[in-house]
Amino acid sequence: MLLNQFLILGAVLFATGVYGVLARRNGVMVLMSIELMLNAVNINLVAFGVQHGVVSGQVFAIFVIAVAAAEVGVGLAIVLLLYRNRTSIDVEDFDLMRG
Amino acid sequence: MVAQNIFFGILATIVALSAVRMVTTRNIVHAALYLVAVLAGLGALYVLLTAEFVATTQVLVYIGAVMVLFLFGIMLTKAPLGNVMEMTGKQWPLAAVVAALLGGVTIYSLIDRFGSERLASGGPVYRTADVSDEVFSTYIVPFEAVSVLLLAALIGAIVLARKD
Repeated sequence: MLLNQFLILGAVLFATGVYGVLARRNGVMVLMSIELMLNAVNINLVAFGVQHGVVSGQVFAIFVIAVAAAEVGVGLAIVLLLYRNRTSIDVEDFDLMRG
Repeated sequence: MVAQNIFFGILATIVALSAVRMVTTRNIVHAALYLVAVLAGLGALYVLLTAEFVATTQVLVYIGAVMVLFLFGIMLTKAPLGNVMEMTGKQWPLAAVVAALLGGVTIYSLIDRFGSERLASGGPVYRTADVSDEVFSTYIVPFEAVSVLLLAALIGAIVLARKD
């Protein structure tokens, strides 16, 4: 197997996640796209760990998974709070800071 | 080696197609299910990379916990379950251009740098015991920091989301 197989799959997933974050209007969908980007990073970490014969890649992938879990918890709480205050999770409705 | 390449092809196709469908589907519950397909495919790819503990954690944390959180988020925000609300904003062509540029530049530089470099085969296979040895010796300080971060995130989420 080539190293590039995994790296290019990671790049494709990351670009897809970027598209999701920029184009989606639903707040929960934006969070899901961020999860996609974090997973793209994980596959790169594990692939490089195998390539260099070190275990650190797997350790960092596990740290990223833990941080992603924390991010989802806080992110969904914020989305719920936005829904409660504005009765909408359409990110295009949140333009209070527009100049 | 041939079998590994065949399975990589199958899994990568599933993952990439599900990811694209996830960001283009008009039904938010379908999007969550496509995300499950992406996460499960990535878990299988970790097994292919001999990262068994990461694969287990992926299934437990992502497919188990995070997906339940997302489904609760979808239900609690009363997201329209059909094709009622247009899920993609007007700026989607611009977003597609940005994503295509980002992906194109990244893939070009990856091919330029790593070309046909083969994945090191026959190297050491790290089992769960090796991973835990590393976590609890070299990376003990980051591990404790992540524990505190998880606690802070838990308390923060409760404080944010409670009613009064």
